[in-house]
Amino acid sequence: MKIKLSYWSANILIVIFLLSIWFLSSFGAGILFTEYLDKFQIGGFKVGFWFSQQGSIITFVLIIVLYCFLMNRLDKIYNSEGE
Amino acid sequence: MDLQFLTYLIAGVSFALYIGIALWSKASSTNEFYIAGGGVHPIANGMATAADWMSAASFISMAGIISFMGRDGAVYLMGWTGGYVLLALLLAPYLRKFGKYTVPDFIGERYYSKIARFVAVLCLIFVSFTYIAGQMRGVGIVFSRFLEVDINTGVVVGMVIVFIYAVLGGMKGITYTQVAQYCVLIFAYMVPAIFISILITGNPVPQLGFGSKILNEDIYLLDKLNLVLNDLGFNDYTKSIRSKIDVFCITAALMAGTAGLPHVIVRFFTVPRVRDARTSAGWALMFIAILYTTAPAVSSFSRLNFIDTIHNSEYQTTPQWFKNWENIGLISWSDKNNDGIIQYGPGKALENTKPIFSNQRGENGERVVLNKPSDNNNEIYIDRDIMVLANPEIAALPNWVIALVAAGALAAALSTAAGLLLVISSAISHDLMKKIFRPLINDKQELFYARMSAAIAIAIAGIFGIYPPAFVAQVVAFAFGLAASSIFPVLIMGIFSKRINSVGAISGMVSGLIFTLSYIVFFKFISPELNSPDHWILGISPEGIGVVGMLINFFFAIIISSLTKPPPEEIRTLVNKIRQPS
Repeated sequence: MKIKLSYWSANILIVIFLLSIWFLSSFGAGILFTEYLDKFQIGGFKVGFWFSQQGSIITFVLIIVLYCFLMNRLDKIYNSEGE
Repeated sequence: MDLQFLTYLIAGVSFALYIGIALWSKASSTNEFYIAGGGVHPIANGMATAADWMSAASFISMAGIISFMGRDGAVYLMGWTGGYVLLALLLAPYLRKFGKYTVPDFIGERYYSKIARFVAVLCLIFVSFTYIAGQMRGVGIVFSRFLEVDINTGVVVGMVIVFIYAVLGGMKGITYTQVAQYCVLIFAYMVPAIFISILITGNPVPQLGFGSKILNEDIYLLDKLNLVLNDLGFNDYTKSIRSKIDVFCITAALMAGTAGLPHVIVRFFTVPRVRDARTSAGWALMFIAILYTTAPAVSSFSRLNFIDTIHNSEYQTTPQWFKNWENIGLISWSDKNNDGIIQYGPGKALENTKPIFSNQRGENGERVVLNKPSDNNNEIYIDRDIMVLANPEIAALPNWVIALVAAGALAAALSTAAGLLLVISSAISHDLMKKIFRPLINDKQELFYARMSAAIAIAIAGIFGIYPPAFVAQVVAFAFGLAASSIFPVLIMGIFSKRINSVGAISGMVSGLIFTLSYIVFFKFISPELNSPDHWILGISPEGIGVVGMLINFFFAIIISSLTKPPPEEIRTLVNKIRQPS
C-alpha cells in the first residue's frame, strides 16, 4: 500500500511539473507576457506572437511526449506495467 | 479537366473508400459497437482521434476566422490544442483504466447515482447536437459550392454515407474510416498550403514560410501584412485588440471544453492498455499539430492574397471564384462610390451584417444587395468560412488541388459527425436504456437500440443541416463553454478527489451549466444589444464565461460534498483502482 501511495504522488508531481510548462507557454508566453516578448524578434516572428500562434502548440506536443516517457519510466520503477 | 468533374471524382473515390472500410469492419457486439473491441493500435487511434476531433470548424472555418482576427485568433489555436494536454494528462489514462463504454458510465458509477448519470447524458446530448449542427452546415457549404447541387441534396448524401458506416460499423467502422479520413484531410490541407507558401515566400514549409520574407522583396511576410492592413486603416495583424482577461478566459474555456468533449474521450476507451492511451494521446496531438501550426500560416497568406487580388480591382475583371462565391451568397459587393472598382477596408460593408440579395444585377453585373450600405468605405462583405475553401482559387492553383480541398473538408465534417453520432447513440442505448430504464435487455437488444438511436440521431442532425436553426452558428462556439462548465469539472474531481460525493457532483454540474447557459442566453438571445464589454461581468464575453461556470461547478461540488457524508467505501476503492495503471 505504501508503494502504491508514492506511485500516485510521483504521478501527481509529474503532472504538476508538466502543467506548469503548459501554463507558461500558453497563458504565460502567449497571453500574459506576450507584449514583452514581442520586443524580441526571431526571423519574421515577434516572439510573443509566435508563441501565441505556433510555439505553444509545439510545446504542447513536447509536453505529451515527455509525459509518456516519464510515466512509462515510473511504471517500470514501480513494476506495475499495464498488461 | 474541369473542376466539377474532378471534385466528383475525388470526393466519390474517398466516399467509396469510407464505405468499403465500413463493410470490412462491421461491428457484431456492443463491445465492438461502443469501443471497437478495445483493440485499436495507438497510432491508428491517434489518427482516428485527430480526425474525430478536427471538425469542419478546424478545417474550413478556423484559418478564415484567424485571417480576419489576426493575433486574437490565437485563442482558438491555443485553446483547442491546449485542452488536448489537459485531456492527455488529467483524463485519458484514468478513464481508460476505468474501462467502460461511455462518459456518463464513469460519472454514473463514480458518483453512484442514476441522477448523476442522467444529468451527464443530458449535458452530453446537448453539447454533441450543437456541435453536429455545425458539421452539417460545413457539408452543405462544400456540396453547394463545389458539386453545385442543392444544399439539401448535399446534406442527404452526407447523411447516407454516415448512416452506412456509423450504423453498421459502430465504433469499429468509425475508427478505421477516421484513419482514412485523417489521411485525406491532412493531405488536402497541406497541399494548397505548401503551394501558396512557395508562391508567396519561396519556402516549401508553410510553418516557416509564415516567418519568412516575401519572395523577391526585402520584407517579412508579417511586416508586409501589417503595412498593407495599416494602409487600408486596419489595426496591425500581429497586435491584440481584445482585453487580456477576455482572451485569457476564452482560451481557458476552450481548453476545458475540449478536454470535456465526450466523443474525443471515448476514443481512448478503444486502445488495449493504459500506456497505449497515453501514447495514442501523444500521436493524436502530433497529427493535430501538423494542421494547427499550418493554419495560422494559411490565415496570413490568404489575407494578403485576398487584399492583393480584390482591393482596387475592377469588378468586371475579378477572377471567376469571386463571382462563384457571390452567386451562392457568401460574398457581396456594393459599389458605394459608383466607380466600378472594389474597395476593401475596415468596418462592416452592410447594415445588418449579412447581405440580403435581390434578384437583380447591378450595372457591372454584380448581385444587388437590399441592405442599407453602412457609412464606411468598405464595399466587400465576405463570409469568413470561405477563406480556406477559396484560398486555392485565389492563388490560382490547379483544379485538382481545389477538388482535393473539397474532399478534405468533407472528410473533416463527416469524421467528426460520425464520432458525435456514436456518443449520442451509446449514451441513449447504454446509459439511458440499459443502465436506467431497461436494465434487463441483453447484448443483442442493446446493440439494436444503439443502431436505432444512431439512425434517429442522424435524421435529426440532417434536419439541422437542411433547416439550420438561426441560432446554430452562434451556439456552436458555446458547446465548449457548456462542456467546460458541466462535464469537465466532475470528471477531474472524480479522479483526483475521493471526497466528492454524488450530491456534490450533481449540484456542481447543474449550477455550472445553469450559470453558463443563462449568461449566454441573456447576451445572445434576450438582450443582444447589451452584448458588449461594458456590460459583461468582469469584461468576460459569453465565449469565455464557461471558465466562470467551471469555477462555480468546482466551488459548489466541493462545499456541498464537505457538508454531506463522504462516498461509500467501494467508491474509494474504485478511485484507488483507476489511479493504478495495472
